[in-house]
Amino acid sequence: MPAASVYLDHNATSPLRPEAFDAMVEALRTGGNPSAVHGVGRKARGLVDKARRQVAARVGALPAEVIFTSGGTEANNMALAGCGRRRVLISSIEHESVQRAVPDAEVVPVDGDGVLDLSALERKLAASDEPALVSVMFANNETGVLQPMADVVRIARKAGALVHCDAVQAAGKVPVDLHGIGIDYLSLAAHKLGGPTGVGALSVRADAPFASNRFGGGQETNRRAGTENLSGIVGFGAAAEAARGLDATLRNQGEAAFLAIAPHARVFGAGARRLPNTTYISMPGVPAETQVMALDLASVCVSAGSACSSGKVHRSAVLAAMGVEDAEAGSAIRISCGWNSQSGDIDRLIVAWRDLYIRVGKSDISNARAA
Amino acid sequence: MNVQTQIRRNDQPIYLDYQATTPMDPRVLEAMMPYFTHQFGNPHSRSHSYGWEAEEGVEKARGQVAKLIGADEKEVIFTSGATESNNLAIRGVAEFYKDRKNHIVTTVTEHKCVLDTCRHLQEQGFEVTYLPVQKNGLIDLDELRAAITDKTVVVSVMAVNNEIGVIQPLAEIGKICREKKTFFHTDAAQAAGKIALDVEAMNIDLMSISGHKIYGPKGIGALYVRRKPRVRLVPLIVGGGQERGFRSGTLPTPLCVGLGAAAEICMKEMGDEAERLAKLQARMLKGLQSKLTDIVVNGDLEHRIPGNLNISFAYVEGESLMMGIKNLAVSSGSACTSASLEPSYVLRALGVEEDMAHTSLRIGLGRFTTEHEVDTAVEELVRHVKKLREMSPLWEMAQEGIDIKSIEWAAH
Amino acid sequence: MAYSDKLIDHYENPRNIGSLDKNSEDVGTGLVGAPACGDVMKLQIKVGADGLIEDAKFKTFGCGSAIASSSLVTEWVKGKTVDEAETIKNTDIAKHLALPPVKIHCSVLAEDAIKAAIADYRAKTKKAE
Repeated sequence: MPAASVYLDHNATSPLRPEAFDAMVEALRTGGNPSAVHGVGRKARGLVDKARRQVAARVGALPAEVIFTSGGTEANNMALAGCGRRRVLISSIEHESVQRAVPDAEVVPVDGDGVLDLSALERKLAASDEPALVSVMFANNETGVLQPMADVVRIARKAGALVHCDAVQAAGKVPVDLHGIGIDYLSLAAHKLGGPTGVGALSVRADAPFASNRFGGGQETNRRAGTENLSGIVGFGAAAEAARGLDATLRNQGEAAFLAIAPHARVFGAGARRLPNTTYISMPGVPAETQVMALDLASVCVSAGSACSSGKVHRSAVLAAMGVEDAEAGSAIRISCGWNSQSGDIDRLIVAWRDLYIRVGKSDISNARAA
Repeated sequence: MNVQTQIRRNDQPIYLDYQATTPMDPRVLEAMMPYFTHQFGNPHSRSHSYGWEAEEGVEKARGQVAKLIGADEKEVIFTSGATESNNLAIRGVAEFYKDRKNHIVTTVTEHKCVLDTCRHLQEQGFEVTYLPVQKNGLIDLDELRAAITDKTVVVSVMAVNNEIGVIQPLAEIGKICREKKTFFHTDAAQAAGKIALDVEAMNIDLMSISGHKIYGPKGIGALYVRRKPRVRLVPLIVGGGQERGFRSGTLPTPLCVGLGAAAEICMKEMGDEAERLAKLQARMLKGLQSKLTDIVVNGDLEHRIPGNLNISFAYVEGESLMMGIKNLAVSSGSACTSASLEPSYVLRALGVEEDMAHTSLRIGLGRFTTEHEVDTAVEELVRHVKKLREMSPLWEMAQEGIDIKSIEWAAH
Repeated sequence: MAYSDKLIDHYENPRNIGSLDKNSEDVGTGLVGAPACGDVMKLQIKVGADGLIEDAKFKTFGCGSAIASSSLVTEWVKGKTVDEAETIKNTDIAKHLALPPVKIHCSVLAEDAIKAAIADYRAKTKKAE
């Protein structure tokens, strides 16, 4: 069945790109511990170094600025613990791996489109002299809304603050440039751009303070202990090189069709700059769970929010932060395309979504109006 | 099954560094493959079949790991490797119970990631007792008993040492810890899948496991956390709340599946494999001893995994020997620290003199090592040791009957 | 850790391994380093009646770079006067063998070994006078 189904949940995880797969199979066969001094170890070291260059190039960093981790969550945790700043300001729509790592953070609101309120950031920064870290995601995982990172950096710099950016959803989909923008810490996850799960990176600008909180064998130039995940790192490198960005054709095709079918449907963040692959849309009156199940029966895989909440479907904190009413938020599903999505996939989604709308949505709406 | 040809190409050196990392078993790779390709879902996605299939794979693997150590599958959490497991076990438990207890007992021969974690906790105000080891590398149980106080939160003793392969008396340590009401953590990275482990019989509360030391993939490990009586931990990585809140982050399905498959193969083949490796170990040692004098095995030979030999070739500096035996991939210490070629702290802890510590090699045998490889390795080692001894001023002095210790060496 | 071809050549085919009679009047012996540090070099020179070093021998316990450094200096000192040999600098050795930074101490040890051998030779001739 999976071969025939349509996978439109790339923001949860993206299937492995063939370039990454080939590189990994080779690395799995090579084996070796990159820290060992004999020939087998040195060969493994060479593969890790190549991947480091590939990942660095994708995000405008220097190879020496890339620390490989076990994923985006660890990278976010590491940045927040390692920057040495106790005062942290985060946006109200950050991923849980940022929120929970700094439970005492000051929270900066977003507007109705899910874009950070820059004047609020400026005000909050000015309220204290204590050196701060500002942590804002490059693109939101649910809405795909891009944050004004250049402005965030400019405001933070003026206040003497460091900047961490969770670019897990953005890298490989849109250009990300650590040095160009002036970001100090940048988190990445391989599996969101077509690399394997279990590997990510934290890129730390050379002159940004950083102290490791993981103790052991001194790998990653003493910044992240543990034997390197050789095949994962190699796959990450190959995927990063292959992920040259996505275009918005499929997303626009879908959104136009949805709105034509259901004029009351709402695309969240539509007024903002967004990732080219993500649509977060409500079908008024129909619970997200119902939509997801109906689409799954039609072999179309989408999601009702983020996948990280250990399976539980609950109200989206991101939509709440955008001021969306519970009733509308409860009917929102996320559609995210990726490197192997095709026009036919969107067609099947549109058909399944339309059938559902005709069967359930319309009657619900008319009932609601009659009441 | 003859997997040898699949593992090593002819142009590659003979791999004798199984304590640094092991090649993946082709059967493990086979089990992982579908999860790289069509079963690629996020195991935490509950809204479609891709997610469910991935979750099924992960949960099966959890059961396989649990079975290997006699645990319940609910007690196994996946991590990125043994380093993270060790960090999480020791820091997690220390931080959770810090209001009541502030003391940790460990040994001087632990892996660096345990020692570094303990040093970090010392900076945070914890007290740490580093137990010495005896000449054979094993701890003295009476010293352990004496070191534990009512403030001791955890005793962390590795099951098998990564450099000298000696097996600590786990059941006895577990019994003492239970009596003294303190948690027992063991770093079993080098032990799991090689010796029989049973968390119940051995009273182990926390156990770290590594994927790539048991013919599985790198980037994955596990931590066993006892549920009855319950061990609580402060997580190191927070976020989506995966792994019962102990360890957030998207689980790497293919890696979890690989660790599970590797565990199951070990479970089935451990007995036969140990027997085969014991023969190879004896063959290697006999071969060397019959052709070379002045060689010493470091660490207990009896309480030792059969896949390890650590030998000092007196009067021959280890690094120059490694440079000579180009056709053999061995280690002159543990791989983690080998970039700095200072003498091993593990050997020093056994009381091995610095000059002898400089002459040691770690030879690791494993699943794919053949008799022929052992014989070739013996030949190469003997040839190069002899050649380098001819070049060694210390060997010359020894032959002339001069006691090297009687000379006043200038330190440089 | 990539070693230069010259270094590998000296390690694989060391020149002038061996010993000279350390009790002979025209032989100077230098023994430097310490087993506990992982490096011991024994370097000997035999000085002819014309004041030129006519033979040199070494034995080394140490890494490949230490072996290569001592092998190289035995080649260099041959045919030189004692005074000339004394001017050999560790930096020349390190440069010739392209020693990696962590191995520079091997060239220092080799320079020390020549100096020690020369000092021993001079002490002997002085006593003889």
